[in-house]
Order: sequence, then structure tokens, then C-alpha cells
Amino acid sequence: MLNYIIRRVLYGLLILIGVNLLTFILFFAVNTPDDMARINIGGKRVSADAIAKWKTQRGYDKPLLFNEQAQGVEKLSKTLFVERSLPLFALQFGASDTGRDIGYELRQRALPSLALALPTFLLGVFVVVVVSLIMVFFRNTYVEFWSVAFAVFLLSVSGLFYIIAGQFLFSTVLKLVPASGFAGGLDMVVFLLLPVAIGIVSRMGGEALFYRTMFLEEIGKDYVRTARSKGLSESVVLFRHVLGNALLPILTSTVAVLPLLFMGALIMESFFGIPGLGSFTIDAINGQDFAVVRAMVFLGSALYILGLVLTDISYTLADPRVRLA
Amino acid sequence: MPKFVLLATDLALYFQMLVLVLYVRHALRTPLLRQSWRYVQRDGAAMSAAVVLVVFLLIALLDSVHFRPRLPPAPDAAPAAEIAYSTRTLSVLDVLLTGPREAREKTYSVPLATHQFSKESMQREGVTVRDFPRLQYGGRHLEQPQEQWGGDVLRRSVNGLGSGLLVVVLGAALLLLRQSQRSGQAFMPSALDLWQGRSALPWRAIGVTLTVLLLLVAWVAALWPYYHIMGTDQTGNDVLFVCLKSVRTAVVIGSLATIATIPLALLFGILAGYFKGWVDDGIQYAYTVLSSIPSVLLISAFVLMIQVFIDKNPQWFETGLERADIRLFLLATILGLTGWAQLARLLRAETLKLGELEYVQAARAFGVSHAGIMRRHLLPNVTHIIVIVAVLDFSGLVLYEAVLSYVGVGVDPNTQSFGTMINSARNEMSRDPVIWWTLSTAFAFMVALVLSMTLFASAVREAFDPRARAYRVRPAGASTLPSQEAA
Repeated sequence: MLNYIIRRVLYGLLILIGVNLLTFILFFAVNTPDDMARINIGGKRVSADAIAKWKTQRGYDKPLLFNEQAQGVEKLSKTLFVERSLPLFALQFGASDTGRDIGYELRQRALPSLALALPTFLLGVFVVVVVSLIMVFFRNTYVEFWSVAFAVFLLSVSGLFYIIAGQFLFSTVLKLVPASGFAGGLDMVVFLLLPVAIGIVSRMGGEALFYRTMFLEEIGKDYVRTARSKGLSESVVLFRHVLGNALLPILTSTVAVLPLLFMGALIMESFFGIPGLGSFTIDAINGQDFAVVRAMVFLGSALYILGLVLTDISYTLADPRVRLA
Repeated sequence: MPKFVLLATDLALYFQMLVLVLYVRHALRTPLLRQSWRYVQRDGAAMSAAVVLVVFLLIALLDSVHFRPRLPPAPDAAPAAEIAYSTRTLSVLDVLLTGPREAREKTYSVPLATHQFSKESMQREGVTVRDFPRLQYGGRHLEQPQEQWGGDVLRRSVNGLGSGLLVVVLGAALLLLRQSQRSGQAFMPSALDLWQGRSALPWRAIGVTLTVLLLLVAWVAALWPYYHIMGTDQTGNDVLFVCLKSVRTAVVIGSLATIATIPLALLFGILAGYFKGWVDDGIQYAYTVLSSIPSVLLISAFVLMIQVFIDKNPQWFETGLERADIRLFLLATILGLTGWAQLARLLRAETLKLGELEYVQAARAFGVSHAGIMRRHLLPNVTHIIVIVAVLDFSGLVLYEAVLSYVGVGVDPNTQSFGTMINSARNEMSRDPVIWWTLSTAFAFMVALVLSMTLFASAVREAFDPRARAYRVRPAGASTLPSQEAA
């Protein structure tokens, strides 16, 4: 077991190195720091002096992989790759192109992000499971037909519509909750109600359909037939036997997503003005802050890999039949 | 002759049409494929969806034939002078809709309005007053808008719907008459057969969809020359026209991005599943790396790169339209290049399964080369997965475009798309009085497109993956599809 986990973690590291190389190529080789400087300073005609100054200020004035002017080990270490890419592995994110400390920003913004993403995710799974169970309970009736049709409709609506319409209805017309903003402490509940609700609704269509097929698959199995032939009522069969057995794959699949919740919800946060990592990322993309985008790419893939490893572990814990060698 | 302009996405769309035609020809000749598609044909919802999709596709195709119109020769020009072309690139759709395209107001106006949405200072009988000015085009023919407006709109609507209904009834009667002649039955029984579904195609569903569409088109055709049916946007453009132009962007993104995933996914998926060993390890590594990067970030990284590239090479693009178009093309390609992992994973699993089967073993024993086995024995047997994934992905990509445009890495701001429309709607919805029509029109178009694609896709999936049929909803008492096994 321990052996397996170590192997998985090592493989994860290997993937992170790949991610790092890919982002390095994308951000530095395809696009030279000169281009970055030109975009950031703006304007068509930018003097060479201004570019050089911008690069020196932000430490982009070194060669990519090999520094000929340096001595000894510094030939390799005084390069952009070593200075800007490798420290990411030690979670040293450095300064953004606008001069702010990325690590500090991440620590500040992780909490609001989680405050939004965690309730959305957990409540969402709960609601979706309940809805899909109801669909399965009323299977082969018009209740199921119309709920599936409604779910397909929900699935076909862009998430942006839910946000805009929800903000309009609940904030502008009904004035129940503030349209956007954030506060610390318990006050945040008021600000989070609407985004959490919208987050759940916008995911509901697709996921309810997905869980429905999962439950239907489960319901065709032998143990369900046995339970029914014992004379158990359909609701007991469904809520005790089927749900109990289907919960396992649901829980293990949620484990994969949990670490990614740190990344925050891009669109939600920026629409509702929540100062989390999602809005940080969007601001960076809009402001073409390459340092921040690079840091977020790295963080995102690290969390994704963490999710993969956790999924493997949770499988072995949840299902003794899965043996990892 | 106008000067035809071939944009990158035009070429891509033509190419896709060619692929589609070739696939249809191939499917018609292959009994198994024909049978699978016949399953889709029997599904009423899927065929209604297909009708709507064909209409969207036609709009997109009409909007994909671009040209620069010839300018009238200057009055004092020599007869042999070089022909001058307009700097504006138009499409066939633009020409067909010249009226609404050129009917530009100053700013917002409510659907079917005769007056502008916001007040302006005007001179009236020598006094400066603030009032809602008349629109330049919308309701221009009315002399007394306050009294005439309601009656005029009602009369034109009734006219439009009436003539639409007439066309529907006449068309249906003609078709039914031909059908009854061909089948040798009397008129009523043969019509009843079609209505009750005793035919190869679900004619009732198709007929109802066509009727609704025709009535809608007739109504629009009756009112559009006189009013802005869905109002105008901030710069005074007709919202309905902008929506029709956005259809092409959505179709290009949805189809081109899907097509772009296929070559890579097919190559890597089959290679990994066939050779296993280190080839498999390497390819799995590559797609785990790609899928571990959050997709919005990966796409924005790529898009920032192409933005730099386009900014650095302005000399390559003659007009603004070409520049915007190359961005759309590259965006779709990037969506494809970053999205192949999912499909490759499925193809790899299927190839692993197929590789163990006897016929592949036999081929290997007979000494068929690796390439030969992959091309002749594996490729044809995994295409159904490609078809399923291609139709399933389409709607997701159309929705994704809106999100990307919001993040700022979507289409060029000058390209009309649903994403840019929703973006602007964000501010409009917080105005008072609220500007609801841009958002609702974009909403209606997008839902129509995505919903029909979703319905079509689920039928395709059921046709090619029999296991998916177990999850079909069969309400008690409702007519069930004749299953393929029984047929």
C-alpha cells in the first residue's frame, strides 16, 4: 500500500515536471519576454529601453536555459528556467508582473474561494443525489419523463444565464441578497447564498442525468432483485440497498474534485465580486499577468494530481476488492 | 463579379461539409451503419432536433460565403481602369438581410419600438425639449405611431402568420397527396398512417417542427422590414440580425473544435491501445499532463500566445475581419488540441479490448503489418465512439465559448457571438429600466441550438451504444420506439 502510494506520488511529480516544462515553453520560448514586455507596456511602438527596463525590474532579463556570461554553476542557475520555473516546486511563487507577492495573495484568497466552492460542491452533491433518486423512484412514469426533459433543458442553458438571471431576479428585483461583494466572518453567508444556489442549479441538469444512469445501472443488479423478492418495499430497496451501494462510487469520485475546490470558481467569483482565487486568475488573464497565470497553472495541476492520488487511496479504503500492488 | 474572400473558417466549414457528405455516402453503403442511423431516424425528438439543426447549419453556411462587392466605377474613370472592390467583406447572409443590416439606429430600442429607448434633447417648435426621439428605421412608415402602432403590428402579424399557415397547409396537402398516390392508398388513410407513425420517419414530429419554424419565419418576414423585431443593441444594431450572425460563430466553434480533436485522439488512442508497453506509457503521460492543467488556464495561455502572434504579424491580415477570423480559427483549433485527451482515453480502452479479439490475432498471424491492422481492422471498429463523442461535445463547446468570451480569451471582440452578447448583457441587466431583449434573444437562440444538439446527440448515442438504450425514459402508456432488435 505504502509502496503504491509512493509510486503514485512519484508519478505525480513526473507529471508536474511535464506541466512545468510545457508552461515554460508556452510562456517563454514561444513568446519571448520581449513580447510580454511589449504587451504589458502597451502601445505599438515601445522603445527598446522601456522593454529592457521592464525586463530588469521583473527579473526577465536573463537567458532562457543557458547563461554564457556567468561563471561555473551559475551558467545554469542564472537563467529564467531555474529562477522562474523551478521555485514553483517549493511553492515559491515569487512576485507577479505587477509586483505583488503571489504567495501572499494565494493565502489571502484561498479562504473566500473555499467558502464559496465547498458548500456549492457538498450541497450540490446532496441535492443532485436526492433529485436523481426521485427520478429513479418514479421511473417509467410521466414524472420521470418530465424531470428528465427538464434536466436536459437545464443542461442546455449556459451557466452565465443562470448567474445573470439569478442576480437580476434576487438582487435587483426582489432585493433579497446583495448583488455582489464579500465580508469576513458570519456576514459572508448573505453574500454566498445566491452564488451557492446558482452554482447548484447550473450543475444540476447534467449531474442529475449522470447519477440517474448510475442508479439505474445499480438497480438492474442481482442483489436488488433478491431484496425485492424478499418482499421489501420499493422505497426500502431504493433508499437502503441501492443508495448504500451507489454511494461508494459517488464518494470516491468526489474525492478527486475536492482538492480542485481550492482553485475557486472562475466565473462565479468574478460575477459576485468574491475576492477568491478564481477572480484572481481572471484578473491575471485579463491583465495579461503571465507570472500569476503560470503560478495558477502549476497550482491547479498539483491539486489535480493530489486528487488523483487521493482517489486511488480512497478506492482501496472503500472497496477491499481493489488491491494495489 | 465580386471578389470572393476565403476565410480560414470558411475553408474549415467547407471541408467539414465534404467530410459529412463522404461520411453519409459511406454510411449509406455500410449495412451496419445504415441500421444504426435508422435508429436515430425513428426517434421523433431527434428528427425534430435535426430539422432545427439543419436550419442553423444553413444559416452558418450562408454566412460562410464571403466576398467583397465591386464598387461602381468612379464617374471620371477610364473604361479600362482597374476594378475597385469595397473594403468591407460581406457574406451571402449579409446580402440577404441587407435591410435589417443597414437599418442602424443610434442606440437601444425596445423590440418592435417606434421610439428610442433613451431621451434626447430636441428642437420642437423652437423650444428645446427632452423626449424619446423617433427611430430612423423602426416603425418609420407610421405617421401617428401612438394610435397606429398596435393595429399595424397586429395586422402585419396576422398577415405574416396567415400566409405562413397557408404555405404550411398547401405544402402539407401537396406532399400528402403525392404520398397517397405513391402508396396507392386513399388520401385520408395514408395521411393518418403518417400522423400515427406508421412510416419510416416520424413525420408528425418533423411536420410539427417544420410548421412552427415556417410560421416563425413568416412572422419575422412580415415584420422585419418595418420594425426591429427584437429591438436594437447599444450601438443600434438589430439584435435579431446579430443573433443570426452569431450562429456561424457557434457552429464553427462547436464543429471545428470537435473535428480538430479527432486526428490526435485517433492517432494516440489507437497507438497506445495497440502497441501497449512504453508507447502506451508515453501517451498516457502526455494526456495526463494535458488534462491536469485546468482547461480555462491552458486555453487562455494558448490564446494569449496567439494574440501576441497576431499582434506581431499584422501584415498577414488584410482586413479586420480576416484578423478576427484567424483568431476564431485558432481558438477552435486550440480547443481541439487541448481537448483530445478525453477521446484518446476512450479510443485507447476500446482498442485494448479489440486487440485481444480473434480477428485481430488472426490478422497478426497472417502477417498483416501493424499499420494495416490499425487501419483496416481497428479504425473502422472505433469510429462509432468518435461519432458519439463528436455530437456530444458540440453542445458543450458552444456553451464553453460564452464562458471563454467572458474570461476574455474567447473570440475577437468584433466577432459577433453569443458569448459577446451575454457579456454586454451583464451591464444591461443592471440598468433601470432593464434592457432585457439582448439577453433573452441570445438565450432563445442558444437554447434552441444546444437543446437540439443535445437531443440529437442522445439519440445518436443510443443508436451506436446499445447499453445507453437501457436508460431511455419510457413513461407508461407512451408510445415506445420500435426497438432495433424487433425490427
